[in-house]
Amino acid sequence: MMSATALAAVAALLPFGAAVIGMLFGRRLPFGPAPVAVLGTAAATVLAIVVAVDVAGAPTAVWESSTQLTPTGLIPITLGVRVDSLSATVAVMVTVVALAVQVYSVGYLRGDPRYSSYAALISLFTSAMLAVVLCNDLLVIYVGWEIMGICSYFLIGHYWEDPPTSAAAVKSFLMTRFGDVGFLFGIFVLGMAAGSFRLTDVLNAVPGMNPSTVLAGTLLLTAGIVGKSAQFPLHSWLPDAMAGPSPVSALIHAATMVASGAYMVARMYPAFEAAPATLNVIAVLAVISMLGSALAALATDDLKRVLAYSTISQLSVMFAALAVGGRIQAVGHLLSHAAFKALLFLCAGAVIHAVGSNLMAHMGGLARAMPVTFVTMTVGFAALAGVPPTSGFFTKDAVLSAALESTAATAWLVIAGVLATVLVTAAYATRAWLRTFFGLRTAGSAASVHEAPWIMLGPLVALAVPALLLGFGGLRWHELRPEVGPALFSVLLAALGAGLAYVAWRRDPAHEPATVLGRLRPVFASAFGTDDLYERTVAVAVLRLARGVVGVDDRVVGRAVTGTGRGARTLGGVLRLTQNGNPQFYVTGVLAGVLLIAVGVAVLS
Amino acid sequence: MHVVYPVVLAALLFSVGVYGVLARRNAILVLMSVELMLNAVNLNLVTFDAYLRDELHSGQALTLFVIVIAAAEVGLGLAIVLLVFRNRQTIAVDALRELAEPEGDGADAKPAPAGVEQVPAGVQPEPAGVE
Repeated sequence: MMSATALAAVAALLPFGAAVIGMLFGRRLPFGPAPVAVLGTAAATVLAIVVAVDVAGAPTAVWESSTQLTPTGLIPITLGVRVDSLSATVAVMVTVVALAVQVYSVGYLRGDPRYSSYAALISLFTSAMLAVVLCNDLLVIYVGWEIMGICSYFLIGHYWEDPPTSAAAVKSFLMTRFGDVGFLFGIFVLGMAAGSFRLTDVLNAVPGMNPSTVLAGTLLLTAGIVGKSAQFPLHSWLPDAMAGPSPVSALIHAATMVASGAYMVARMYPAFEAAPATLNVIAVLAVISMLGSALAALATDDLKRVLAYSTISQLSVMFAALAVGGRIQAVGHLLSHAAFKALLFLCAGAVIHAVGSNLMAHMGGLARAMPVTFVTMTVGFAALAGVPPTSGFFTKDAVLSAALESTAATAWLVIAGVLATVLVTAAYATRAWLRTFFGLRTAGSAASVHEAPWIMLGPLVALAVPALLLGFGGLRWHELRPEVGPALFSVLLAALGAGLAYVAWRRDPAHEPATVLGRLRPVFASAFGTDDLYERTVAVAVLRLARGVVGVDDRVVGRAVTGTGRGARTLGGVLRLTQNGNPQFYVTGVLAGVLLIAVGVAVLS
Repeated sequence: MHVVYPVVLAALLFSVGVYGVLARRNAILVLMSVELMLNAVNLNLVTFDAYLRDELHSGQALTLFVIVIAAAEVGLGLAIVLLVFRNRQTIAVDALRELAEPEGDGADAKPAPAGVEQVPAGVQPEPAGVE
């Protein structure tokens, strides 16, 4: 039996191998690219589960391995994994969702000419995410973090022939990269202060560090985390990222990559605890994002954008839990959110696949035509809205309890934000559910809507089980057990939100219930105009700067180069005049030279 | 005899030779001028051999070498002149400007035909039968 660390390392490397094989051979493989991609992820899933079972036997144990790379400077970089209950659990979540998405993609992208590179990129992404989850060195984590970013960029731009899609890919890449600069410098600050980039060493060194160093380091890390997890003010890339295929949204923009921000905070929690100011900043940003994006989800007509805004909102709930000291509650919500949000995105993919449109205006009345999708998506929406006994109910309630017990300065803000979000979340979940599956069939959905093939339904059913039951698994930890008072109150709020949405929809089932919002609707739908604001300010300034750089390149660098060439040629032109072909002229020159030298020698010596 | 006389004579001879090389247009006369310069050198060699009373008479020996090489050189030179005349119908030195830099920008220009009556390359008559 191999040790847990070795198994974990192999689990992270298996999808990488699958990605390399898929990239190199792709369609030339005997059974196409799908078996390699699916089997690589499946093997990683098995290994991750084995590791998690190992860890479950010793919940407080931490297993580490590390290999030092070639020494490069003062602080060594090590390659190794750190297996504890947190990383093992999240690794299982990542591999299970990745496996579901890989299987689903076989059906979803059947006949797609770029499926081969798509499957390889998903494998590469899985490997990078496992590196972030399992690795023990902050710089190696950063490498995985960036590989995730580039995979996200490629996969959002899967349909790059469409200009808005490639623009969305570029936008997501630039916005997350903007935050990642802060993340890298945060690693530098903490690593330099600790004298090591190993996570364990850094966390052990935090109590002895200067408080302002910890504050600076964690704030810089927060910049990267906010960018990656699409929190305010770097949130606007995530709704645009929905231009990618739905399975990509399920894996990268719901379950794993965007949640890695919350995971990193949980992983480095001692450092963040040592800087309460950073946690307060996170709390404020989280409350703004959670409520703002929930309201945006209420008004948007695009089904995937609704889910994207709800992802931002749910990620904010995790950050809010982290900000008030609820580390286990945050991780619990991360896991349940991964299950139900991946499920929702895959269901949305099946619906979009059948209807041929992202807009809920083109859906409606699909419940009878797509029974399996209907049931599984209902589970997903129930979990999102926090309906008992789904997983979302337990973990959201745990977050609320954590905020009630907390003594942090921002606890009241978090409580108010979470409660308001519960209300709005139930409303938009109900609205999306009703608009998609009930009411009259519209012209778009009337034409031959059919249930998705079984290869797509399998993952839906498989993910619906944890989305429904994961909450009971969390009862082992007393932090995740619901408390009657807050639980009852939040369920009442959710019922109120759902009821309001139902009443609004009931008045006119064929039309948009969000019209009751009146003038507020366009404000909500545009996420309070943040995108517009960025376009008018940041984007304009950056474009002007870019044009300036191009101008400097043309006018200064380019002219210097061509000017040098032209100058050399002009000088050569003068010298060419002497090459007139008459040897007597040359000899005269030689004689003149000899005389000059002779006179010079005579005069100077 | 004072050493100045032959030295001055040699200098005059050399100057005449230089003038001929630089100013005459006829290639044969240029060759003759070169001979004049060589002979000026020979005169110097003999002069200083005698003046310095060299035991080995290296100056005189070197003069003999120079005479032999000059004969070979003038033979080769006359042969070249003959061939040039056959090809170009002229032996005016300043008219033979094939190797001049071409006119114009010249960055990628091919060498332009600067010679007066240039025969296209490849159809030049074979210089057969040159003695």
